Amino acid sequence: MNWLVSAAIVAPLLAAAGALAWRDHPRLRDGVTIVGLATATAAAFGLLIEVVSDGPTTINVGGWNGELGITLVADRFAVLVLPIALAIIFVVEIFAIGQRRTAWGANPELSGPLLGVLTAGVSLAILTGDLFTLFVAFELILVSSYVLLTHQGQREQVRSGMTYVVMNLFASTLFLIGLAVVYSATGTVNLELLAERIPELSGGARVGIGAWFFVVFGTKAAVFPLFSWLPDSYPTAPTTITAVFAGLLTKIGIYSMIRFHTITSMDELGSVMLIIAGVTMVIGAFGALAQQDVKRILSFHVISQIGYMLMGLGLFSAAGTTGAILFLIHHMPVKTVLFLTGGLIENHEGSGRLDRSGGLASRRPIIALLFAVPALSLAGLPPFSGFIAKFGVIRAGIEANAVPIVVVALVAGALTLLSMTKIWMGVFWGEPHDDDDAERLLTSTSRANRTLMVGATALAVAGTLTISLFAGPLFDLATDAANDLRAGTILDGAER
Amino acid sequence: MSIALLIVVGALTSVGLFLITARSLSRIVLGFALLGHGAVVALLASGGRPGSPPLADQSTADQISNPLPQALALTAIVIGFGLTLFLLALARRQQELAGDDLVEDDLEDRRIASESRLGHPTDDEEQGAP
Repeated sequence: MNWLVSAAIVAPLLAAAGALAWRDHPRLRDGVTIVGLATATAAAFGLLIEVVSDGPTTINVGGWNGELGITLVADRFAVLVLPIALAIIFVVEIFAIGQRRTAWGANPELSGPLLGVLTAGVSLAILTGDLFTLFVAFELILVSSYVLLTHQGQREQVRSGMTYVVMNLFASTLFLIGLAVVYSATGTVNLELLAERIPELSGGARVGIGAWFFVVFGTKAAVFPLFSWLPDSYPTAPTTITAVFAGLLTKIGIYSMIRFHTITSMDELGSVMLIIAGVTMVIGAFGALAQQDVKRILSFHVISQIGYMLMGLGLFSAAGTTGAILFLIHHMPVKTVLFLTGGLIENHEGSGRLDRSGGLASRRPIIALLFAVPALSLAGLPPFSGFIAKFGVIRAGIEANAVPIVVVALVAGALTLLSMTKIWMGVFWGEPHDDDDAERLLTSTSRANRTLMVGATALAVAGTLTISLFAGPLFDLATDAANDLRAGTILDGAER
Repeated sequence: MSIALLIVVGALTSVGLFLITARSLSRIVLGFALLGHGAVVALLASGGRPGSPPLADQSTADQISNPLPQALALTAIVIGFGLTLFLLALARRQQELAGDDLVEDDLEDRRIASESRLGHPTDDEEQGAP
């Protein structure tokens, strides 16, 4: 099953190369991209089945041992997150093919190959077993995201792209310095060895390393007060790009944080994390309430939801980590779907502004339905996946007697519902705006392309419903993954 | 870790940090170049004391210095080079669009500034993207 691990990383890279080589042949180019992403997604699901039945596996790339070479680890945590992450990119690419010929679409010659590179980076970041490969994977993801964000070269994109690039580049440099510190303190960058050696360090060095990487991963994950780049840059990109960014990029940051800080037992940082988690939730929720544009509201929600995952991690209990993992799994597809429906709204109304649209529920009830399901899920109402995820995190909070953070989480949840209601009232209810407005960018999308876009969104909505359907097994699996991480033995029972 | 290398890391990092607080993207590019160099030197220094050259007939394995941090540093240099080029391209594009290469305030900053000045947001500045 080692080839499954390689396939998840190599297939999207090959697809990117193919799509670049045949960039002048639209059908071949789109076909190659889709096949590459589908192969990677299938490999990820295969890996999930294999690991659940046979236990975790590792690959030492090139035959070097873990202390010197690159290690790829498919443990329970990785295989839980990987299929969902890759499936999201796959669905978004289908949506993108439908959207390409409209004014809102991304440049297909570049976005296909870049999405392939980004996918390879996401697979590598999830599967890596050492800290330096994680750095390389981050760079793969970020470099392609820089280009995806700014390649259209519009004024707004370049302006917000500069903030985005500078913030993330700074975090990457901090990552590199952190690597130097970790290597001189422990003599390794392998995560499994770090799990043994970091807890043996003296208190100051240990907490220092933990805090340093909290800042590094926190910038990527957009926690308070390092989030300012996110709501500024995400809405300016084409919808498909934003959907991938919102669904994946910040989540890779929080994924790395859950992995690194749990296996190295940074329990002392727990109280700081909980405070930051609370502030992140509230700031994100209030920020969303103040916005007038669908994509900007959704961007602030990304920040708010990161707070819940951080809360689960900050509790440093088995139940808390389980909750954080469940929240991660729930949040990735739901957020992507919401941005995709945001794209459908823009495509139909010519604008994502709340005061320029209205009455969409009666004219296009299917879009309203596709928005309502993930919106209610995000707000945490049963029986959707958001309820299970929030229930997991909040129950862990109550078990740990962390009453203030539980109260904050519940209030932030209510505020999220309120801003979702705002989108609903602005876009789906009320009177349609028929004025000839220069701000509108109405495009004639062919029926086939529209069907493709709605179909891709419907597929993703079905995916989020499947998650709530399999809540029981997922909960057990997440508990196992959390226990593995907390024991620090990510390779327990692995084939070497 | 030698004190000279530590001083080099400190100097590169502090000058780099000073430069990236500037508004002009060309200064920020220089700042990142220096910061990156600081990080690379720190990585090199983390490999322990320097050793003899790794030539097959002149030194044994325990005499040469640790090659792993050097491999990491090389990777980091390549990535840093690519990113510097991208930043320069971005600065060029900003100059074409805006006539300068200054990093501008984000939307929320501008909105709050205009609200405090005028008492209410103008429709223009509240305008979302794209």
